[in-house]
Parts: sequence; C-alpha cells; structure tokens
Amino acid sequence: MKAGVIVFPGSNCDRDMAVAFEKAGADVQMIWHKDSSLPSGLDVLGVPGGFSFGDYLRCGAIAAQSPICRAVVDFAGKGGHILGVCNGFQVLTETGLLPGALMRNSNLKFICKNVELTVATDDSAFTSGYERGAQITVPVAHHDGNYVIDQDGLSRLRDEDRIAFTYASNPNGSVADIAGVLSENRRVLGMMPHPERRVEAAHGGEDGAAMFRGLIDALVPA
Amino acid sequence: MDEPQITEDLIAAHGLKPDEYQRILEIIGREPSFTELGIFSAMWNEHCSYKSSKHWLRTLPTDGPQVICGPGENAGIVDIGDGQAVVFKMESHNHPSYIEPYQGAATGVGGILRDVFTMGARPVAAMNSLSFGAPDHPRTRTLVNGVVAGIGGYGNCFGVPNVGGEVRFDPAYNGNCLVNAFAAGIADTDKIFYSAASGVGMPVVYLGAKTGRDGVGGATMASAEFDDTIEEKRPTVQVGDPFTEKRLLEACLELMQTGAVISIQDMGAAGLTCSAVEMGDKGDLGVKLELDRVPVREDHMTAYEMMLSESQERMLMVLNPELEAEAKAIFDKWDLDFAIVGETIAEDRFLILHGNEVKADLPLKALSGTAPEYQRPWVPTPAATPLADVPEVDPIDALRALVSSPNYASKQWVWEQYDHMVMADTIVAPGLGAGVVRVHGTDKALAFTSDVTPRYVRANPVEGGKQAVAEAFRNLCAVGARPLATTDNLNFGNPEKPEIMGQLVGAIQGIGAACTALDMPIVSGNVSLYNETDGEPILPTPTIGAVGLVDHVDHLIAGTAREGDLAILLGETVGHLGQSALLAEVFNRHEGDAPPVDLEAERRHGEFLRDNRTLVQAATDLSDGGLALAAFEMAEAAGVGVTLDDGATAHAFGEDQGRYLLACSFDQAEALMVAAARAEVPVATVGRFGGDRVRIGASQAELAELAQIYRTSFAAAVA
Repeated sequence: MKAGVIVFPGSNCDRDMAVAFEKAGADVQMIWHKDSSLPSGLDVLGVPGGFSFGDYLRCGAIAAQSPICRAVVDFAGKGGHILGVCNGFQVLTETGLLPGALMRNSNLKFICKNVELTVATDDSAFTSGYERGAQITVPVAHHDGNYVIDQDGLSRLRDEDRIAFTYASNPNGSVADIAGVLSENRRVLGMMPHPERRVEAAHGGEDGAAMFRGLIDALVPA
Repeated sequence: MDEPQITEDLIAAHGLKPDEYQRILEIIGREPSFTELGIFSAMWNEHCSYKSSKHWLRTLPTDGPQVICGPGENAGIVDIGDGQAVVFKMESHNHPSYIEPYQGAATGVGGILRDVFTMGARPVAAMNSLSFGAPDHPRTRTLVNGVVAGIGGYGNCFGVPNVGGEVRFDPAYNGNCLVNAFAAGIADTDKIFYSAASGVGMPVVYLGAKTGRDGVGGATMASAEFDDTIEEKRPTVQVGDPFTEKRLLEACLELMQTGAVISIQDMGAAGLTCSAVEMGDKGDLGVKLELDRVPVREDHMTAYEMMLSESQERMLMVLNPELEAEAKAIFDKWDLDFAIVGETIAEDRFLILHGNEVKADLPLKALSGTAPEYQRPWVPTPAATPLADVPEVDPIDALRALVSSPNYASKQWVWEQYDHMVMADTIVAPGLGAGVVRVHGTDKALAFTSDVTPRYVRANPVEGGKQAVAEAFRNLCAVGARPLATTDNLNFGNPEKPEIMGQLVGAIQGIGAACTALDMPIVSGNVSLYNETDGEPILPTPTIGAVGLVDHVDHLIAGTAREGDLAILLGETVGHLGQSALLAEVFNRHEGDAPPVDLEAERRHGEFLRDNRTLVQAATDLSDGGLALAAFEMAEAAGVGVTLDDGATAHAFGEDQGRYLLACSFDQAEALMVAAARAEVPVATVGRFGGDRVRIGASQAELAELAQIYRTSFAAAVA
C-alpha cells in the first residue's frame, strides 16, 4: 500500500496525516506542491489540513491552482482514491472534484473540539471500516467548515448515498449537518473533521484509525 | 532625503532623557544623525535594554545541570535527555494589543515563535496569559474578542498547538491589558543555533518577508505610558502574516540542516537594528549594512525607517559563504526573500550605508554595552493590614458566585478558538492545570503551565512572587511531571515610581527564592514596564511559564475522578482567606496578606505526589477558590458529583498553598495514607466523588446546574 501526502507551503497537518497512514501500514511519500506529477503506483492520495497558501482569499482557492493539483485531478480521473481533510476538503471543492463549498463557520469563530459524527454510509473504501449509522468521536479544527450546496446538489448527494459523515450536533452551520461527502465514483472523500488526530489511545480515542485501516483493507487485495 | 535637525523635542519624542542624550554625545563625540538617534533610542529603550530591571534580574537563579542555555539568547534551552532539548520563552505584547488587539496579539505570538525556531527548535506548544479590565468596562469585550481571535489567527495558521494559559479580569487592567505569549520547541542538542556572529568578512543575510514601514518606533512606544493620544499610536503596531512565518520556519529548519548558518537572530523589537547589533556584540565584531540591498515593500523608505521597522517574519543570519547557493535555493523553494545585505567587520563599528551615503557610523559595542542601567529607588511594599472578620457563607452560594465570574468560569470559549491538537501529540488538552504534549516519536512528554495571582503580588510582592512559581510547580506535579525550568514575564507599572519599583524588586526576590528552592531555574524571560494609563498602574503581574518532563506517557496523572473515589487533600489547611478569590468575588474586599508559601513543604508535597502517582486516579492543585472550587472543577470534568464534609468558609475557600486534591479508589487511598505517614506528609480524606450533586457541608446543588453556569458564564460576560 502506497500513500502520497501533498504538501502545500502552509500545510500543517501533513505530518499528522502521514503518521496516520503509516500507523495503518502504508508506505508514505510526501509530495511538494510545485511538482507537476505524482509518484507512480500510488494507491491513495491525502490532501492534508492547514492553511495551504495562508487562506487569505477563499480557503483552498490558490492551492487548487498549484501545479500538483492538475496531477491530482488527473489521478481522480483515472479512479484514484483521494482523502481530503479540512483544508484538503476545501482544496478538493475548489478543484471541482467534490461538489459544494465551505463557508465561514456560522458563529464566525475558529472551532477546535471533539465532535460526535454519524457514519452516514459504509459504502466506500474510506468508510468500510465503520458500520453505517455508527457514532464516532473525531475532532474538528477550522474557521471555514460551513458546508453549503444547492438544493439539487443536496438531493443528489442524498439519492446517491454520498454523504459520508454528519455531525450529531452541528458546530458550524453546515447544510444538513454534513461533515464529509463522497465523489460520484465514491473514491474521493472530503471531510472537515480530522480522523488523523484520533488514531491512538494517547489521542483520547482511536475512532479515526478505522478509516485508515479500512482504506488499506479495501485497497490492498487480501 | 535630508534628515531632520536634532532638537530637544525630537530627542524627547524618542524617549531619551536629557542625561541619556548627553551620554550619546560623550560616546560618539559629536551630534548624532537622525538615523543614529533612532538607533540609540531603539537600543536604549526599556524594552530592549532592561535598564530598570537588569540589576535585579541578575539576582535570579539561572543555572542548573539541566540548563543548556540561560537568559540572554532568543530563548532558554533545557536538556530533556536522549540528545534533545526544550527551547522556550514567554514575552509580552501588551501595548500593541491594547492599541490594535487582533494584530497586537497575533504578532506577539509570531514573535515568540520566531524566538524559538531561530534557535533551531520546531515549536510544539504555545500558551497565553491574558489580563483584561473589568468585564463591564466598555473596551473589554473588544479586547477579549480581538486578542483571542488574533492569537488563534496566527497560531492556528502557523500550526502550533495552544495547550494552556490564563485569562483574568480586574479593573486595574482597564487601560492596559496584558498579552503574554509563551512558546516552546524541541531541538536536537547538537543542532542548536545562537546569535553570536563569528568570522570577519562573512556575509550578513536578510531572510523572510520584505521590510515596510509598519512598527517603526514600536519598541519605544512599548516603553511609554499611555494617555489619550493612544489612537495616534496605531501605526506603530505591526501586521502579522502567519503563512509567511510558517514558510520561514520550514525554510530556516531546512537551512540549518545544511551547515550554512553560522549564527542567526530573529528581527523582533527594533528589527534590523537590534538583531544586527546583538549578533555583532555577542561575536565581538562590527557589522556593515548596505540598506539598498534590503528587500522592501514600499518605495522611498529612509535609512531611519528601515533600521527601525518592525515588519514581521524576518531573520538576520551570518552565512557560511561556501554554501550560499544551497542556502538561496532553500529560500527560493519557499518563495521567501534571501538577500546579502552586509558583512561582519573586524573593527567595533556599526556602519549603515544607504544611497552611497553613510547614515550611521557608531561604535557597536557601545550601543548595547553602555546602555544606561539604573538602580531605581524603591520602597518595600508596606505589610498588609490584618484581615477583618469574614462572615460565614453558604458554601454552594459562594461556589455559584465563583463559577459565575469570568475569572473562574471555564475558559472553553477561549481555547476552543485555538487549535490545541495540531501536530497530533497533545495528550492533555487545555482546561484544567497543565497542558501536556508528547515529544514526537517518543514516549516522553512535556507539561506546560503559566501562573500568577496578581492580587497576591499587590498585597505582598515577595510571597506573591513565590506563589506564582509554587503554583506552576504544583500544576506540573499534578500531571506527574518533573518541573524542569521557568520563564518569567514581569509586567509592572512605571519603575520610576519607588512603590512600583518596590513591587518589582519584591516579586523578583520571591521568584528567585522559589526557583532556587524548587529547582526551576529561570532560563529566559521578558520585562514589560510602564503598564500604566494616566498614571494608574496595572496589578503587578509577574507571569511564570514553566515546563516539566514526563519520562513516559504511562506515568502521567491524567485520569478523571470516578464514582466512589475518595477525595483526598494533600497538604496543610489553615484556612487563609486574605486576598482570596472568595473575598474578592463575593465580598468585593481586597484585604489581608497573601497566603504564605512554605517552599520546603511545596517541594515535599510535589515529590510525594510524583512518587506515588500510581496510587492516584486524578489530581489537581489547589489555588484560587481553594478546596471548594478545585473539588467542583474535578467533579465537573469527570461528570460525577462530589461531597465535601466540612462546609466552614475558611476550610472550603481558604487559599493555603502547597495543597493538592486527589481522587483515589478506596484501596489506593489506604496505600496512599501509609505512604504519607512514612513520608511525614499531611493527607486527609475530605469527602468523596459520586452521585449527581455537589454537596459542601450542609448545602448542596445539582452538578448539572453548576456546570451549566461554569460553562457559559465566560461567554455571557465578554463574548
């Protein structure tokens, strides 16, 4: 299992994501944003949290224009698996790989705390390690996690079972309590909560570990 | 461009006293140029020269087997074993934060982070100690919201977890809030970088962001009292760019791996001036700077402006010239400026060239070495008058009053705006007591706390100084950490007033005694004076930041009380109510002496707790609000009720020092009692945890009701 983690100059959860992939048994390669191609043979690509280019404009908007993002879009087009967390989710919506957008939190403040999530679907490599409907605890840490999508888009997400996670208690004003969504082919997941911050007992719980383990189990032929 | 004439008004506007100006004339033997006047003003202001405090700071204990580098560098360095060190410091950004709360606080965080990574350490933890005016003062709400957003805005983007701090309110801070920012990083002991230049003719390199006009004169502003012209001072506040700081961090750490860095210094207060002088002074070298090569973001900047700009996210480095290409490539990779702006020279000279003109030509050593040093007159703080009778109160009513106050309510509203988990090594989040961060890739952890009780310091600077250190010691011991060392951030009023100087002297004496007795040497620090508005001083606030080491994360005391656990009090209770939180919040009385601190007992009790940590389910130190507030906080964190048997006011709310509240199972408690008897340490069972009510003596309330007040009062008061 080979995982790549994209590094923008303002990424700050890149190491955390790499550690979580490694803990689950993956070989991890860090990929600089100025590269224009991905290493060959990647099974999964991580787009980490942080403030890719300072996020002084719309979060993720500049990152989506960086050389590596063309390769990321190509990778998705060929059926590659991509996990975008927090700023990574924002970048993926800016590239158009995922629908909707992330707006400023409804209380206008940065929010860092553990939240309860409901696993809304187990039908993806990312969520295969959970049972549908399971309640898990994972932290959020963002200023712009208020997910918005138009009514038609929301209906499609629902009809196609592409809402991956919902908040039990909505912290940021997201439409329909959405915390994470899947692409049409179910191989791109964007989510605001940070599963990589909840992968060992020292984190106070390990609910995020099942995502990385499940992903590896699903992608590596037994 | 022609420089202004030197006049008496111009000298005064630079914060220089007439006798200080005379001294400049004697040193250089002629009238200074405008740029030179600016340079002297920057180097000799209180903020950079410590001219009022230096004499007393020298009395502090700064050494110990664990200390790799004490005060004098960008930050202190302490050995944590296995070839690693923790690098830390606390610094104030009080005046800028009052003028422009968001940017003032943000750049305070930026400055302290740079102090840490300049030395080769990756920042792993931050804390903030904040003091604001009365909650109902018209400016408080703006300041709280702006400062908290600024700290979060900078630290969250940079990517350092904020794991602790303090927030307090008192009318004495109405015109002068305090923002004390702490940062700690981890470095390999064989890859630590210092500021002393070495080698003649070595290139001096400018790194990071471009220079603008922001912050010109900031250090001088920070050394002045406030009055009603404060709004005019807004342009002296710098603007922060955490994204650039993040890139500067990564670029510097990469650069340091190459061997290209001979010495390095961040540009903080008085920017280019202070950094260049410090590097030359420490290396016994002169420095020549050619300002035409400085990357600027504004046109027509003068030498004066460039030398005094406090633009953020900049560093100055002496480069190994053989590795110039490699060094430049790293800064190109991170899209940061890299410019050779000068060189080291053999003679003792600070030579500034701009547009083919000599703008300053000064003896470099004299700029820092001969900075004025004052033995300011001081009077000891008079002994506090004895405390008159305090009527008995209903303990639950009193507890309700405390948790309704933003001083003692949960600070969740604050720390939820800070990313306290980034880097995925935070083991104990902020909230109660010390924050704990694992040393990445190891089983060791570091504990961080910041403490001071200003009303104690006002009543009795010596005991108050001791108490600040003792409380920090206890907070570290309460998570099972071994206290290692301390940084101090001394915030006081105008030192030219003998009674204020007396507070400073007394506090330093107390801090020194405690740091010696508790083996927590001071390795770095900062002094902020002139915290007065229209002559009204702040409460004396010597903030103590302290770091402790946990050898293995399994040795942490990080549990919560369980149903049925006994509540055990470690330490002696006399019932000291002078200057207590109860007295202030319930009776609005500020009377009596500060509680005395028995340093020997502090040490024994802390060591006893660490030695017996396996017998303890949960622990917390006792401080403001005494046993009642500690028991409530412990119960609230665990979500179980608590019963305290004795509801007498002095017993429940006295603030005697050297005490901890422990939660132990019955079996653990028995073993603990035996160990305590053997160690001759006082322990007593004072109640038990369980149920869903808080009972103190004969009075009681639902835990949920009190918890609701505790969780919401802060935001209700100031959000």
